[in-house]
Amino acid sequence: MATVSMTVNGNKVSRDVEPRTLLVQYIREHLELTGTHVGCDTSQCGACVVHVDGQSVKSCTILAAQAEGSQVTTIEGLAKDGKLHPMQEAFREHHALQCGFCTPGMIMSAIDLVEKNPKLTEEDIRHGLEGNLCRCTGYHNIVKAIAAAAKTMGG
Amino acid sequence: MNAVTGTGIGASVRRKEDYRFITGQGTYTDDINRPGQLHAYFVRSPHAFAKIKSIDTAAAKASAGVVAVFTGQELAADKVGGLICGWTVTGKDGTPHKAPPHPAIALDTARCVGDQVAVVIATTKEIARDAGEKIVVDYDVLQAVVDPVDTLKPNAPQLHAEAPGNLCYDWEFGDRASTDAGFAKAAHVVKLDLINNRLSPNPMEPRVAIGEHDRATDTTTCYSTSQNPHVLRLILCAFIFGLPEHKVRVVAPDVGGGFGSKIFCYAEEVVCVWASRKLNKPVKWTSDRSEAFLTDAHGRDHVTHAELALDKDGKFLALKCSTIANMGAYLSTFASCVPSYLYALLLAGQYTTPAIYAEVKAVFTNTTPVDAYRGAGRPEATYVVERLVEVAARQLNMDPAEIRKKNFIAPDAFPYQTPVAVAYDSGQYELSMNEALKMVDYKGFAGRRAESEKRGMLRGIGFAAYIEACGIAPSAVVGSLGAGVGLWESASVRFNPTGSVSVFTGSHSHGQGHETTFAQVVSEKMGVPIEQIDIVHGDTQRIPMGMGTYGSRSLAVGGSAIVKACDKLIAKGKKIAAHLMEAAVDDVEFDAGMFKVAGTDKSVPIGQVCFTAYVPHNYPADLEPGFEENAFYDPSNFTYPAGTHIAEVEVDPGSGHVTIAKWVAVDDFGNVINPMVVEGQVHGGVAQGVGQAMLEGVVYDKASGQLLTGSFMDYTMPRADDLPNFDVGMTHTPCPHNPLGVKGCGEAGAIAAPAALMNAITDALGVEIDMPATPEKVWRAAQGKVRALAAE
Repeated sequence: MATVSMTVNGNKVSRDVEPRTLLVQYIREHLELTGTHVGCDTSQCGACVVHVDGQSVKSCTILAAQAEGSQVTTIEGLAKDGKLHPMQEAFREHHALQCGFCTPGMIMSAIDLVEKNPKLTEEDIRHGLEGNLCRCTGYHNIVKAIAAAAKTMGG
Repeated sequence: MNAVTGTGIGASVRRKEDYRFITGQGTYTDDINRPGQLHAYFVRSPHAFAKIKSIDTAAAKASAGVVAVFTGQELAADKVGGLICGWTVTGKDGTPHKAPPHPAIALDTARCVGDQVAVVIATTKEIARDAGEKIVVDYDVLQAVVDPVDTLKPNAPQLHAEAPGNLCYDWEFGDRASTDAGFAKAAHVVKLDLINNRLSPNPMEPRVAIGEHDRATDTTTCYSTSQNPHVLRLILCAFIFGLPEHKVRVVAPDVGGGFGSKIFCYAEEVVCVWASRKLNKPVKWTSDRSEAFLTDAHGRDHVTHAELALDKDGKFLALKCSTIANMGAYLSTFASCVPSYLYALLLAGQYTTPAIYAEVKAVFTNTTPVDAYRGAGRPEATYVVERLVEVAARQLNMDPAEIRKKNFIAPDAFPYQTPVAVAYDSGQYELSMNEALKMVDYKGFAGRRAESEKRGMLRGIGFAAYIEACGIAPSAVVGSLGAGVGLWESASVRFNPTGSVSVFTGSHSHGQGHETTFAQVVSEKMGVPIEQIDIVHGDTQRIPMGMGTYGSRSLAVGGSAIVKACDKLIAKGKKIAAHLMEAAVDDVEFDAGMFKVAGTDKSVPIGQVCFTAYVPHNYPADLEPGFEENAFYDPSNFTYPAGTHIAEVEVDPGSGHVTIAKWVAVDDFGNVINPMVVEGQVHGGVAQGVGQAMLEGVVYDKASGQLLTGSFMDYTMPRADDLPNFDVGMTHTPCPHNPLGVKGCGEAGAIAAPAALMNAITDALGVEIDMPATPEKVWRAAQGKVRALAAE
């Protein structure tokens, strides 16, 4: 067992875990933050994307120990004082989700995309979403939502 | 739309369920953990076909943290029934299909890669998996067969003693003599050989099963990623365990997509339920994606020869096709009806083709079982019809839109009896097509093609005028065709004393947005804002009864049951209101939440009527208190959505890359409750159809039977930059036989898209290729066209 500590959604957390524990297992199984999902085992689907020190990261692809001391934000940490993040609002407004399973990872990736490139084009969005799979929406409304959120976020 | 609430039928209300999903508060099955829970890991066959000589579980059992290791023998000793197929198809010779035994854990033979061989139950997932690797299975590896044509050959390996020649059934439908007569008098015959590629459904949420036994009540709960919890309970109780249904509860909470693959009863559910009863501990299994590729029922996998007979003017005289359909290693829950009744009955398409004959051989191979996947039989039928029609237009040098219009069933011909048993309810096929032609700017296509060619690109356009059959029913008819179940739906609408409403539906929502659209229906009917209406689904203990969600049936059947329950409430409410207003019941009218005495200004709101029903101090003497009604609805017919999709593509002959330049979808789903949700369903369906046509395909190695496309690294899922924006239009021809006038929208895109896209790609290339039209296939085909253009 190894003690792994980090700050998740503003809260300092510490857990004794097996060294092989992935960050996504740490988040889901040890912190019981089940909004972050696992949709594959080859780092392809992006359902597990969280922010680690401000970067979008597939949490199935790094060990919890690698995030030692980091600032981690999950989907549960986006809304502040009951107010949704503009990306969350845009996903709801533009019907950018159906079953909702890919949605947390999709939203976390989208925020990072917009923060890195506030003036992003539709092509930028589509290319930027290559690491996130959605089986329900055909991406049409996800692309619209991200473009709309980019404007709200001050792009 | 309801003027009072603003949230009734026709409004693009934003979804009620979204808040929990966008904030990470959804509860999917893997988010559920039960006290004292153990974890199951399945040891699966690495061979496509092998005798199991022995299984040594000693080292696994001795591992710390391992609670039990079971093989098929322990299940057999406990008389656990095998997995079943719930629809019996009767073949040409009058004999029922062959449904060989399908034990949840293999007994002496593994018949596909991934077949369950043993299960380890341990205190953690990791311990279970590590122990699983200590199990030594001695296999006698046999030659496997994976190809549906090869498996019928005389020397092919034989999968089941019960199915000689690997034949599940040899079935026919339609009138052979009149079809032959149509071909005999034809001026032209179009012939096509088509492969409908095998697909992996891949909902983003992998399957999960948790069994939990409560000794106090002797009740077992199965938490499952199911599209139809009541059907799963029925199968578990009546066929697998012989338990009474009141002692088994199935809970399917938020489910992350299904597309058909979560209709079925799977081995893992059986084993987790059985093990939880045996060990008196909750037992949980979560599929990883690799297991999902191996064990989730696949879709499609047809090999077809099809012919269309036409007269000299391009009128269709007859259609015939011969199909071999791959069932995989075992017959899955509803597998048998997919390439038979859900396929051949749709071969009339939107056309007046007077004679149709189809024969289907369903076969076993050493592959994952195949069952219903979004569209289920109907995409395969549309692919046959619409590819034939498009090629006919090319061969006769007719415009592909014109040849279709020439053969469309006229709007005044409904109800229209097709030559393949079904009677279409309503449709305006030319209206949808004309709208699509306008949206795609069909007149401008020649100019766009010339412009592409100037840049060295090949441009093509393709049509699909599809028909779908939704809300499969009535029960008496499907029963006569071999279904083992009724296909009604149930609903219970409960007004609580202070006016909020709980609606219990047997339909299940796993992305379709029922919590919003069903609430809109109730809002419209009862005049209550949707904020006060909760749709409850996915739990056999809370919902009286249900048949679940598949075949685009939820609104047409489940929504109709809700309307029936609302009508009963209104009828009861009139009696209460009449009493309160001292009026005759027949004089009371109900509109937008108010009971009124006709021709007066007397009225009482529904909230007051509801409260009175629960606090009946001043109440009709002969009336039961309470304001809650149940209803079952069994439709009188299928309902038949239809429409035209047009794809326009540009092919780069240098790379084989296909760009979808335009996608126009004009669908007729009858009345629409929430246009935003319906358009979303179209987008998603088209994306899966585009996936089938250009990207996806399950590949097995023919020699070894190994699955080569076993992960998202190998199986190409559509990504955002593979797809265009979709231009979605609608026409509205109401269904005449259900109370909402609705058809179904969930599968249409997946039905229309493969044919439209392959028609466009082959139009650009000038030669036939099979799905998926990968860059390599397209590049090879494009070289001939490039040479032809250069020679011009």
